[in-house]
Amino acid sequence: MIRRGVVLLLLLAVTHSAISAQSAQPVQPFRPTPLKSGIDFSGAEVRALQQDDFSSPAMLWVTRGEKLWNEPAGNSGKSCATCHKDARVSMKGVSAGYPKVDPDTAKLTNLEGRINQCRTQNQQAAPLRYESDELLALTAYVGLQSRGQPVNVVIDTQNRRNFERGRDIFYTRMGQINLACTHCHDRNFGRKLLNDTISQGHGNPYPAYRLEWQTMGSFHRRLRACFFGVRAELPPAGSQDLLDLELFLAWRSQGLKVETPGVRK
Amino acid sequence: MSIARILVPPNAKRGELVEIRIAIQHPMETGFRMDNNGKVIPKNTVNNLLCRYNGAEVFRAEMGSGIAANPYWQFYIVAQESGNVEFSWVDDRGEKGAASSPIAVTA
Repeated sequence: MIRRGVVLLLLLAVTHSAISAQSAQPVQPFRPTPLKSGIDFSGAEVRALQQDDFSSPAMLWVTRGEKLWNEPAGNSGKSCATCHKDARVSMKGVSAGYPKVDPDTAKLTNLEGRINQCRTQNQQAAPLRYESDELLALTAYVGLQSRGQPVNVVIDTQNRRNFERGRDIFYTRMGQINLACTHCHDRNFGRKLLNDTISQGHGNPYPAYRLEWQTMGSFHRRLRACFFGVRAELPPAGSQDLLDLELFLAWRSQGLKVETPGVRK
Repeated sequence: MSIARILVPPNAKRGELVEIRIAIQHPMETGFRMDNNGKVIPKNTVNNLLCRYNGAEVFRAEMGSGIAANPYWQFYIVAQESGNVEFSWVDDRGEKGAASSPIAVTA
């Protein structure tokens, strides 16, 4: 049944007009089984690096994030700690629930967006640039407080449309290579793509240190790398497409433990 | 501003071999890369890292373009007196960094 749903979607992409009468039938999204974190597909060295909080280079960003948390910013002269106090208490489990719909703007927001919203509205400071060391540091520090907790996003009437858009991106073929996310990450995880083992494509370690990048990167940077891999047009980091996809992927990795700040090859 | 994490055991016995670790956040630009406009990104590496234990030099590293970003070092010193383990480093742009941690030595 599930397979048939995917095939139907692919057919839809090809002969969209011919069977538009059936397009009301939604794709049945599914989670890969057994659900496995990307670290289970990594080599022993990468695993050792992620497990050791000192030698993990990602912890450098956490150290910086902790500093930034306590530093006043913007015209308000407030730091994150002024309102949120000790992040180890107030931010516990927070990142596991993102992305979520912000009650003020009614828009889907991820953790990076939420931090910038706090900066512009409450601290009256300039928003931090996506992929800047500062934003990565703060996201990593806040994310660390949820490490070990299961990813837990709720799909409800508010974010249903975002979820469906993200799901459609996941199952739609794209780029010159003409592959959808599902072709690698649902059907072929555990198998080799050149010298890499294909993972299930979960976002639970991000922001993570990637050895290939030699630096920390956000989940959106990682998603863009996959778009690049199939030679598709790259959506900008923080764009609606990537936010919707991030929500769908969070639903897909529901129950996996947050590993922020992770280490990946 | 340079960020580093150092690990020095807070307590040690005299004569004991103690493990010292340091990780420095630094891009370690090789000088071989180009930016989006084809301009060479100038080489910028932490070229000198120095560790002093109670003022005496115990470890020095000279690094170049062959060392990966965010260099990490681990080495051992013999605990002698209580005091400070101090690190200082400088990169090709002349940006300096320093970090230190105390160690208490008991007989």
